[in-house]
Amino acid sequence: MTTVAPGTGTHAPSVGTAHTRVEGRDKVTGAARYAGEVPFAGLAYGWLVLSTVARGRIRALDTDPVLAMPGVLAVLDHRNAPRVDTDYTGLLGTPPDPTCAVFQHDRVPHLGWPVALVVAETSEQAREAAETLVVHYEQEPHDIDFTGGRPDAYPVDGHMPGVTEKGDLDAALVSSAVVVDAEYTTPEEHHNPMEPHAATARWDGGRLEVIDSNQGATWVVGELANLFSLDPASVRVRSEHVGGGFGSKGVRAHQVAAVMAATVLQRPVRVVMTRRQMFSLAGYRSPTAQRVRLGADADGRLRALEHRSVSVTSTVHEFVEPSAGVARVMYDADAHHTANRVVRLDVPTPTWMRAPGEAPGSFALEAALDELAEKCGIDPIELRLRNEPDKGPVSGLPFAGRNLAACFREGARRFGWADRDPRPGLRRDGRWLLGTGTAAASFPSGAAPSTASATAHPDGTFTVRISAADIGTGARTALTLVAADALRVSVERVRVRIGDSDFGPAMIAGGSMGTRSWSWAVTAAAGELRERLALDTDMPPEGITVRSDTTAAIGALTPAERHSFGAQFAEVAVDTATGEVRVRRMLGVFAAGRIVNPLTARNQLRGGMIWGISMALHEEAVRDRASGGHVGADLAGYHVATHADVPRVEADWIDDADPADPVGIKGIGEIGIVGAAAAVANAVWHATGVRHRGLPIRPDRVLSAAAGAPDA
Amino acid sequence: MREFDYQRAADVAGAVALLGADPDTRFLGGGTNLVDLMKTGVERPARLIDIRELPLDHIEPTPEGGLRIGATVTNGDLAAHPAIRRRYPALAQAVLAGASGQLRNMATVGGNLLQRTRCGYFTDVTKPCNKRVPGSGCPAIEGEHHNHAILGASGHCVAVHPSDMAVALTAFDAVVHFETADGPGESPLASFYLPVGDTPHRETALPPGALITGVTLPPAPVAAVSRYRKVRERASYAFAIGSVAAALDVRDGVVHDARLALGAVASRPWRAVAAEHVLTGAPADAATYAAAADAELAAARPLPHNGYKVDLMRNLVVAVLSELAEEAAR
Repeated sequence: MTTVAPGTGTHAPSVGTAHTRVEGRDKVTGAARYAGEVPFAGLAYGWLVLSTVARGRIRALDTDPVLAMPGVLAVLDHRNAPRVDTDYTGLLGTPPDPTCAVFQHDRVPHLGWPVALVVAETSEQAREAAETLVVHYEQEPHDIDFTGGRPDAYPVDGHMPGVTEKGDLDAALVSSAVVVDAEYTTPEEHHNPMEPHAATARWDGGRLEVIDSNQGATWVVGELANLFSLDPASVRVRSEHVGGGFGSKGVRAHQVAAVMAATVLQRPVRVVMTRRQMFSLAGYRSPTAQRVRLGADADGRLRALEHRSVSVTSTVHEFVEPSAGVARVMYDADAHHTANRVVRLDVPTPTWMRAPGEAPGSFALEAALDELAEKCGIDPIELRLRNEPDKGPVSGLPFAGRNLAACFREGARRFGWADRDPRPGLRRDGRWLLGTGTAAASFPSGAAPSTASATAHPDGTFTVRISAADIGTGARTALTLVAADALRVSVERVRVRIGDSDFGPAMIAGGSMGTRSWSWAVTAAAGELRERLALDTDMPPEGITVRSDTTAAIGALTPAERHSFGAQFAEVAVDTATGEVRVRRMLGVFAAGRIVNPLTARNQLRGGMIWGISMALHEEAVRDRASGGHVGADLAGYHVATHADVPRVEADWIDDADPADPVGIKGIGEIGIVGAAAAVANAVWHATGVRHRGLPIRPDRVLSAAAGAPDA
Repeated sequence: MREFDYQRAADVAGAVALLGADPDTRFLGGGTNLVDLMKTGVERPARLIDIRELPLDHIEPTPEGGLRIGATVTNGDLAAHPAIRRRYPALAQAVLAGASGQLRNMATVGGNLLQRTRCGYFTDVTKPCNKRVPGSGCPAIEGEHHNHAILGASGHCVAVHPSDMAVALTAFDAVVHFETADGPGESPLASFYLPVGDTPHRETALPPGALITGVTLPPAPVAAVSRYRKVRERASYAFAIGSVAAALDVRDGVVHDARLALGAVASRPWRAVAAEHVLTGAPADAATYAAAADAELAAARPLPHNGYKVDLMRNLVVAVLSELAEEAAR
């Protein structure tokens, strides 16, 4: 037996220092294996067949010729697939989206609905056979027309109340010296992480094992156990490396289909989505139509605030994009009305996509604030500072740290805002009109119960295990720094293992809560381990392991308005002769808790801001009315910002450690995109004098605005 | 993806012989478009003849004083060639405005000319498309068409040709050379792309079984002052929503010679003959440029959602010609 000295109190903290990703070398050399490339003996390949009609019934599937094709092992469809149980509530408090519960009936509720899985010896054989399968439909008329004026829109609560109302809105508007009343629209947007959704399922000694690309291994275990009526302990899901998630990687059709095929064939089966399939099967951000009415005194102080949002959901599942929620945090008024409503259409169910609610909601609200600033003749930053609430506008709860004003002050200083002439359409550089804009940002800060273990080994190293997911955020590295500090050792002595449901329940990589929730559990386990080792314990050969569970600690948090905040700044150039809009520079200053790893944190925040540029100028999935499906559902047709669209984008932060969190973390996963599109759109107005209230601000819209309507 | 055979041709005659009259065989150049179309099922060839090794990768002067560009010269090499950059700068600019560095290093000149439209209906085999399945219909006319044709389209197809390179080549009167089993042939680029009419699936005048061997640029002193401007929905790596290749020779304030071709407005690169007619001999000023653009765009028949292209092209023609006149004056 040996003894191991724990870290001493003089150890320099690792949290707050820049570290490259601990798995970076594996990723750039290809040593890191992703879900679609882990080798398995006897692997079979499944290929999903998606409906080509938007509404109707499957009348027949001509499976016989397909079964006769080379290498084909099976065709699963609603007639022969194993039954699954969808009558449960999942980890996130909702029933499963029926799109993932494949092959249970003959109804087709949207184009791109999975109707069959063809399994073959090779991926090429499966694909060829799947594309050969003839499916006969009884087609019904579909409805995919989305507008803000749909009379069948109805409020949905989702993760927050659908409707909040205080005060007499009409009276407050009438008594306001200045009123803004405008409708803003955002289009259907898609996550499209670089790594497509992929899963391999196999039965191993009576246990279901799934190698998957997801945002939470224990989350997917819970879903699969419920769907297939299995004991969760008999399901293991691993996702060591994940190439992006952004909200799209929960339980989806591919995992369920792979489990079905592995069960039927009793051999490992892999199902990978194509990029085009992802547009139907991976979820997306609903289009939104938002009406914002603001009433203010001449000095800009709000009397009335109304923010109403309509979004889309499918006919089989209710998901609400809660765009009006951001108004419940940002600004108060005597009359304050918000509503999130949905219309049900013959389309796939939308889902969480980076900053759900806040991303489109902040575009509408922060653009409306800019219009109010123009009408009042007040600087847009000053307008926001005049309307800083001292408590939650709807909840009445105190803010646990609201450092928005400090973000604006620091951002304005660095961006050079003080020299800005507020008048639009005055600055020119050759063929380009120049303008600047700003917007506020916020995103909820939270933590969810998680478990972790920390093991001290006889050789003086430590292993931390937690079912976290590093979806490209740098979470694995952040947790290594957090564990090192809790153990008071250098990071080289700590190995963090993640992405395995056998490590126990943990929060998903979502809601900007992953790293905070996991860090809490890691700190608790590692801290207790350090205390154990400090007692000069004898070290057994297998080491000493301590487990943590943060359920009680997180349950004891006092109710408060807990959010990260930020101030976004953009400078744009607009050529009104061609409609081209280019962002020249962006700056975001955030108050987002203690920053664990400045290197990856800056990457996270800048990534969000770049997505905001993309949202403002490029991203738009187009649906074809006749078919009900997409046109151009690939990365040639769905434009995201390229390097050439991304100029100098700076992200920085102010000191904002959260005293309620053991590490001081608030969460940085999503706030980078919030307000970014509004800052760009506000800058386009400042450049041209034209308000663009519909995203993206494409060249054709800029040209049409220049040719006719004063506002687009 | 359908299984296919793959063969490599060593010389031009061998390549033509290997293809024969087999309608299920395709020549493979850089593969930057064909392979994509094979993945999506738009193209399902049974056999590919790889022509990358053919000795067609040179750019050489012609006896007449022009340049002959081999069919397998990569887009990257074409854009970097000193004679192209000096004598036909708009061509180098056009090539560099397309795709990405990696794609340009793969894509060939011959393949670039034969690339297919990126119309979202054409590239999706679950949708009707007269170009892909003759007689199945054109859903773009009633559907998504904000980047479709305003000139020369028909009720059967409103797709646009995606090439940037071909727009500049069209402005400079390039000639396409090809080889068939019966011997060599050629076609001016101006008539290489067929009118849409009711046969949108027939795209070029290339005879069946023919292999493009090269493109000749005739001597064109006017091309030394030339420019390509491309407008797209992001700063890079997107197809044009409108583009202009132009060359201008101004003498004593009068347009002595002008070349103008428009991209992303029709099923083919659009030589602006009417505009050139207005320009030649007219004062080199904005009014002339606007009149020239209007003369060309008088034939425009925009659809409900692409009317902006008429304004865009007018503005673009005026802007590019004004810039060229300034450049010429320096």
